[in-house]
Amino acid sequence: MEQGIFTVLENRPLARQVYRMVLSGPTGAIQNPGQFVNIRLTGRFLRRPISVCDWDGGTLTLIYKVVGQGTADMAALAPGRTLDLLTGLGNGFTMEKSGERPLLIGGGVGTPPLYGLCRRLTAAGKDCAVILGFQNQADVFYVEEFRALGARVILMTDDGTAGQKGLVTQAMAGLEDTYFYACGPLPMLRAVDRTARGEGQFSFEERMGCGFGACMGCTCETKTGHKRLCKEGPVLERGEILW
Amino acid sequence: MVNTKVTLCGVELDNPIIPASGTFGYGQEFAALYDLNCLGSFSFKGTTLEPRFGNPTPRIAESEGGMLNAVGLQNPGVDAVIERELPRLRQVFHKPVMANISGFSVAEYAEVARRLEDQPGIGWLEVNISCPNVHGGGMSFGADPAMAAQVTSAVRRVTKRPILMKLSPNVTDIVSIARACQEAGADGISLINTLLAMRIDLKRRRPVLANVTGGLSGPAIKPVAVRMIYQVYEAVSIPIVGMGGVQNAEDVLELMLAGATAVEVGAANLTDPFASKKIVEELPRVMERYGVENLTELIGGAH
Repeated sequence: MEQGIFTVLENRPLARQVYRMVLSGPTGAIQNPGQFVNIRLTGRFLRRPISVCDWDGGTLTLIYKVVGQGTADMAALAPGRTLDLLTGLGNGFTMEKSGERPLLIGGGVGTPPLYGLCRRLTAAGKDCAVILGFQNQADVFYVEEFRALGARVILMTDDGTAGQKGLVTQAMAGLEDTYFYACGPLPMLRAVDRTARGEGQFSFEERMGCGFGACMGCTCETKTGHKRLCKEGPVLERGEILW
Repeated sequence: MVNTKVTLCGVELDNPIIPASGTFGYGQEFAALYDLNCLGSFSFKGTTLEPRFGNPTPRIAESEGGMLNAVGLQNPGVDAVIERELPRLRQVFHKPVMANISGFSVAEYAEVARRLEDQPGIGWLEVNISCPNVHGGGMSFGADPAMAAQVTSAVRRVTKRPILMKLSPNVTDIVSIARACQEAGADGISLINTLLAMRIDLKRRRPVLANVTGGLSGPAIKPVAVRMIYQVYEAVSIPIVGMGGVQNAEDVLELMLAGATAVEVGAANLTDPFASKKIVEELPRVMERYGVENLTELIGGAH
């Protein structure tokens, strides 16, 4: 973990209530896709944990949904503003487990961390299939960005206004994968677990206090003991999860 | 050159800054960020006889100027602390640590204290009779002078170390409880624990916390802490460890003027992991600004 001051380079709407923020600052503490940052906002006591969509040597991309006052504050930040971030939080996905044909399954704003994962997996020569699920056409983002990485993308919407009508689990039926990575709302993760045949990892969300393992605010029980989702998570192995 | 040293129950501290229990784990998360030996001491995670998972999640809610937690004393149990945490802690922290203990019966408090008695590196026992997030223990002992005295004397019988009784603000008359602890053999009083609080989610129309209620901490509670430290200082002759919403060195001075000998820093560690270290570093400058040469001269100075 590292504390750093970042400057907002870009902050614009991407889909309904969804924004993309690009920041410049020290990204050296970020090790794995699926990790998160914790953002201090003026006037808010707790930081806001946001998953990392992608990063390089000096920039960081976050995609977030406005769900409350803190994220509404974030959406109002103009380029040039500086922010205090804790970076390199959580374990992130284990890329080494992917095999040759990994499957990435994202739902809504669970999609962003899969982008950074997909970019690194395709760069390592893996043949990635990506299933993206959204409620409606107005919620859809990053389909073309995933395609530009060379991934096979299946887009699903609940109401059929974009891509195919249906749930991500329906798209899983015809796919053979070596390993899967899933991030999205809890009902989706549960459905993926019921549908999946092989091994994989799930990324979870929880209300957090500190985000770095001190307060025990986000602990869950697993088959391998108590895990702090901010520290030993947010990514858990399929085999250890107690649904 | 200002003097930041204070003496708490016969143990000298380089400075009065003590990260509060429940915000600092057993030190390891923070030892990865900075040298813990800059601190006066720290109070480790509330430890019980048996391992505890704690409450279901969500355990955390935000509020104006603070946060609510309902962690529910998650800890690995005293034996695991002795076996695993204390040896690791001794490698990174070379000052006496404050051992925060809790229980669900008078006998349990005493048993945890007894098991820690021959462990090196512990300066004080901070006996938590004020956790608002567990049922059948915690705060119920701190809400009644007779019960508080029972816990105090039971722990007194098994330890030679200084005992600090950590009191709850969720009582009608904190002074009578502090007096009862003193009469039962306490060496000091820690206060305040969190204020019992609640938030409701407008969209779900349900409590935010799975436990329904939680403990409020953060700067929102600082004036309550100042008031209670002030009142207890007038009523007891043993030292007070003050806490409640401390964010900076000015807050440290304020709690000391109210009557605190040392000051714990809680929620601030969670929003800024370097908060305690920063307070230690800014303390001499702030003392100079207010014309304080020896920190001890401030203790109870507002009375």
